[in-house]
Amino acid sequence: MKNLIRPAITLFILISLVTGLLYPLAVTGIAQIAFPEQAAGSLMKRGEEVIGSSLIGQSFSGPTYFWSRPSATAPMPYNAANSGGSNLGPTNPALIEAVKERAKNILASHPDKAEKIPTDLVTASASGLDSHISPAAAYYQVVRVAVTRNADAAIVKSLVDRSIEMPQWGLLGDSRVNVLRLNLALDALEK
Amino acid sequence: MNTSPWIQIGLFLIVLFVIAWPLGRYLASIFDGQLTCRFKWLDKFEYGFCRLIGTSPAEDMPWQRYATAIVLFNILGVVVVYALQRFQSELPLNPQSLGDVSSDSAFNTAISFVTNTNWQGYGGESTMSYLTQMLALTVQNFASGATGIAVVIALIRGFTRRNAAGIGNAWLDLSRSIFYVLLPLSFVFALILVNQGVIQNFNAYQDVKLIEPLEYTVPKNDLDGQPLKDDQGNVIMETIKTDKQSIAMGPVASQEAIKLLGTNGGGFFNANSAHPFENPTPLTNFLEMISILLIPTALCFAFGQMVGDQRQGWTILAAMTVLFIAMATVALWSESHSNPLITQLGTDGSMGNLEGKEIRFGIVSSALFATVTTAASCGAVNAMHDSFLPLGGLVPMGLMMLGEVVFGGVGAGLYGMLIFAMLAVFLSGLMIGRTPEYLGKKIGVFEMKMVSIAILVVPMLVLGGTAIAVVTEVGKASMANPGAHGLSEVLYAFTSAGNNNGSAFAGLSANTPFYNILLAIAMWFGRFGVIIPVLAIAGKLAAQPKLAVTGGTLPTHGPLFVILLTSTVLIFGALNYVPALALGPIIEHLQLFSTNK
Repeated sequence: MKNLIRPAITLFILISLVTGLLYPLAVTGIAQIAFPEQAAGSLMKRGEEVIGSSLIGQSFSGPTYFWSRPSATAPMPYNAANSGGSNLGPTNPALIEAVKERAKNILASHPDKAEKIPTDLVTASASGLDSHISPAAAYYQVVRVAVTRNADAAIVKSLVDRSIEMPQWGLLGDSRVNVLRLNLALDALEK
Repeated sequence: MNTSPWIQIGLFLIVLFVIAWPLGRYLASIFDGQLTCRFKWLDKFEYGFCRLIGTSPAEDMPWQRYATAIVLFNILGVVVVYALQRFQSELPLNPQSLGDVSSDSAFNTAISFVTNTNWQGYGGESTMSYLTQMLALTVQNFASGATGIAVVIALIRGFTRRNAAGIGNAWLDLSRSIFYVLLPLSFVFALILVNQGVIQNFNAYQDVKLIEPLEYTVPKNDLDGQPLKDDQGNVIMETIKTDKQSIAMGPVASQEAIKLLGTNGGGFFNANSAHPFENPTPLTNFLEMISILLIPTALCFAFGQMVGDQRQGWTILAAMTVLFIAMATVALWSESHSNPLITQLGTDGSMGNLEGKEIRFGIVSSALFATVTTAASCGAVNAMHDSFLPLGGLVPMGLMMLGEVVFGGVGAGLYGMLIFAMLAVFLSGLMIGRTPEYLGKKIGVFEMKMVSIAILVVPMLVLGGTAIAVVTEVGKASMANPGAHGLSEVLYAFTSAGNNNGSAFAGLSANTPFYNILLAIAMWFGRFGVIIPVLAIAGKLAAQPKLAVTGGTLPTHGPLFVILLTSTVLIFGALNYVPALALGPIIEHLQLFSTNK
């Protein structure tokens, strides 16, 4: 036992220095040189002002924008300093009530739609920061956005067409639309 | 579903095996000493390194000494991780001025990260300073992974050595695991992750000006921070307007890489690998799944190499793969269904169960990740298991309940599976009336006693802990979901803790003194209650001579043994847990799908 204590302590200190300080600092150093934008959070700017990260979703629920998914973060949706999902189980009445409320709101704002509501528009994501919606969810909102903006629906639809990101290598993940990027493109359309 | 799930699973397994094969050869050469034989300078370096820390490369430890060294090293880890959390407000690298962590939460987290569980009662970005994340948590990601590798290597030596007094040098095994394996792999993987968008910086949280300002309501507090109530006793709400979003930052990539390679699973952020900064693209998701199973798979190959019969390694791997594919199929099948209670509200029933999932991963990559992370004792999540449909949630729970032997944790999975292999030869020995032996070593009374302890200690912790929690008011108060799902949450928590997985049905409010302490006990004994018997077996086996293979020896390779092994694992898992599962996910499944036809 006695001659185990010194190796335990020395080895622990050595490992702590190398893996707890040197390693993250070395990765940071190389990342800052090789991939500075990604390392800083893939931030997007308008002029000097940071207006978001292309990877982190923002809350959109107004009539003139494409809506993002519901978010379960507290105290406000899309709180990027406190990520998380709803963790409501499939039979939880609270989940069903929340979905019912969201579905009602969506139907009221999209009176033209006869088809079923895309499920991602009524369910909260795992991180609460999901930057994407499904292409179906984007197309569902085209007419509403076009009407509130007095824009041509065909132009808005073509914007959605161009915003679709395909599965990586046609295989990994699902097709998706980045809501923040789409809404920025929408704003740029009017200028 | 946009892509055929079968192509994705097939591609996943092929890529995994192709990368793991050379890594397995490399691992074997590290631990059987060939690497230092070939590179003399490395030998010299190791000699100097050992001198520095106060041992010698030639020291060969008996199993008791080896086990003491491992436990001592880990207790030291608990002390340091606890202390760093308790004093973080006075230490540097804390741009958000986060306060000290509470004593019960810090204790839980210290045990959790040391035991390779990485259960998290806290939310990373709102609790831990950058220094704590690095110097406490990242270090333990390496140290706990190295502990697992060291223990399985010691067990393999038990099979390969004859009439030997020792099972190796614990200090050397730990150091080699970290410096030759975990650190270089993590370094490369971390940079790949940054390239894809995982952040790596020490900045304060970034304020962003929102495109669309946001209104939300919160309870109004008085000057003491207590919520105000009106005359009827209702909480008064106030509406707040903001046009800012605060985005959490930090040195994420360096921790993310070892979190997966070391099957740790403790996320930098609360949302873990669902957070876009931890797992930004479908490609990173694929690579993260590969890196979870990489070392457990490579260790199977290293095992075959070291015992001098590759067929033995392939047999173990085949048993793991069969169970993996079966479980992945159930998870994919379950999650591709929509929740019928949601579909009847007028939503599209063809999109699958999207509550708690990210659109960039979709159903297939989420269900597969859940299977991978619980097959291995990783516990990172890219979707919230609590919101899976009942049978989808049963898959991760079931994989943990099998004892984390389907690939399993780094090192821990293989030693767990070898324990089951010894049990399988013992049971077959009883059936055919032969003395059980495995890889030329007799499985005697002492070995079987140790096997029994290693197999039974975890179910006792899991079921005992769950029972205590559901009969106490403080245990029940933390359940977030009513009914059968509430029981599933508690059962999942203890299953995850006892098996050192660390994923959660995260609705359970586990950051209470009751759960923090009870789960910490389950994690500690679930880890070392297995490691010590395993090292005892290693010591006893190493001391034996090697038996000659005769016509009466039961071959421990080939399809027959794969069937024996998988059956043993399944029967023991089922006998232990089916009653509890029947009251949780199975009842919930029947409730969900029978009343809504």
